[in-house]
Amino acid sequence: MKTVLILGAGTAGTAMAHKLRRKLSSEWAVEVVDPSTKHLYQPGLLFLPFGDETEARIVRDRGSTLGKGITWHQTEVKAIDTEHRLVEIAAGGPLSYDFLIIASGTRIRPDLIEGMLGAGWRKSVFDFYTLDGAKALEAALSNFEGGRLVVNVVEMPIKCPVAPLELTFLADWYLTKRGIRDKTELVYATPLDGAFTKPLASKTLGYLLEDKGVRVETEFMTGEVDAENNVIRSYDEREVPYDLLVTIPPHTGAGFLEDSDLGDELGFVPTDPHTLAVRGHEREFCIGDATDLPSSKAGSVAHFQVDLLSENLLRAMDGKELEPTFDGHSNCFVETGHGKAMLIDFNYDTEPLPGQFPIPHIGPLPLLKEARRNHWAKLAFRWVYWNGLLPARPIPISPTMSLAGKQLTVAAEAGGA
Amino acid sequence: MTVAVQTDAEGYLANKDDWSEELANELATELGIQLGDEHWKVLNAARAIESESGSSPGLRKISKRSETPIKAIYKLFPDGPAKLIAKIAGIPKPKSCL
Repeated sequence: MKTVLILGAGTAGTAMAHKLRRKLSSEWAVEVVDPSTKHLYQPGLLFLPFGDETEARIVRDRGSTLGKGITWHQTEVKAIDTEHRLVEIAAGGPLSYDFLIIASGTRIRPDLIEGMLGAGWRKSVFDFYTLDGAKALEAALSNFEGGRLVVNVVEMPIKCPVAPLELTFLADWYLTKRGIRDKTELVYATPLDGAFTKPLASKTLGYLLEDKGVRVETEFMTGEVDAENNVIRSYDEREVPYDLLVTIPPHTGAGFLEDSDLGDELGFVPTDPHTLAVRGHEREFCIGDATDLPSSKAGSVAHFQVDLLSENLLRAMDGKELEPTFDGHSNCFVETGHGKAMLIDFNYDTEPLPGQFPIPHIGPLPLLKEARRNHWAKLAFRWVYWNGLLPARPIPISPTMSLAGKQLTVAAEAGGA
Repeated sequence: MTVAVQTDAEGYLANKDDWSEELANELATELGIQLGDEHWKVLNAARAIESESGSSPGLRKISKRSETPIKAIYKLFPDGPAKLIAKIAGIPKPKSCL
């Protein structure tokens, strides 16, 4: 019996386990390691703080998301020994593998910022990238009667890079519906040089912030949360006061990667951008949020990587060369509030462009443009996630990006690519 | 500038291969910075990470690789170190996906 061992049963790990179970013969064992008994549909965390999503709809027992033919070790990974192809775990003897897939994701690290976990944590300082954080934020927002609401991205990279902007837009809508928008100053503080950083997006989407009256604080690198005075302070001594702070803390990879030779300074895994092999290794691969790749840390990326890496793994099992198939393809809905959303489709080389998706020139979903259809598609995606993406059933979207139907000249005019 | 290179509208190097230490010194001087050993530790770390991973790193990663505290990086490159480091090191602007 040979073994493919998958570390982590989040979106990437679970989909990969199902994909391989279907593709591989019974000579191969497919095993996953994950200590948590729950699987969380993370896009739901964006809606939960506004009362538009429930815990019951976005959390499932991990066992029900895995299934027959997949062995689940419910324990923590301690260390990886690539030389002997062994993974040390907290409960039980080491697990051996023929091929290893690291899919251990990323985690938020409020502990890395001075004062963030102090007296204000989950009282006036909230994250929404965890279920507990999103629930605490929901309670705080329902009691919010106006003041300064600050959304702060501490640093990149983060999961779902558009989620903080979406939360800002949804907050504008929520506060409007509650009749307290005019009593609230909405601030978006980012370490980058703008809320939108690509030429075409800056040019075509800047109106969203203006129309919604969002003040943007740029190049703000948060060094400290001063919960006594309710201000965040940057390394260059600027201050942004808040009554309610929604922070997106720094992200790192899993603890066992931070402490090992396989992780970089932040615990992300140096990964080949096109084959998804761990750089310098032949039997170890990395997918999803755990990589150090410039592609987005997003579920769609994990899904495309699963499709492409499963094919490459079959080649590796046959002793063939890997093919450099992954192009950084990402496909994300961006909620803009008031019942509308955008859809963006891009890869390593091509920024999000206008056009139609998934059928070129026809759609029905418009790209890089607000539409009600996109909002409904985003809401419907929860069903697709549980029933299509996670069990790795076929979804009719190409894992590599297509330029068909996209308006390239618009990008050139904006100075982008 | 004595070295002729193309930059984009925001002053980032258009072609990574145009970069040289001489050019970095010139770019830094134009931005009001005289490069010393401490600056070079930071710039070399940023260039190495970008070359390995394909994206311009954030300050925490640069800080760890170069063993230079973030506070010290702000002293070396005042007024927006992330952008200044990227410009002088000849790597792309730190970006998000939109």
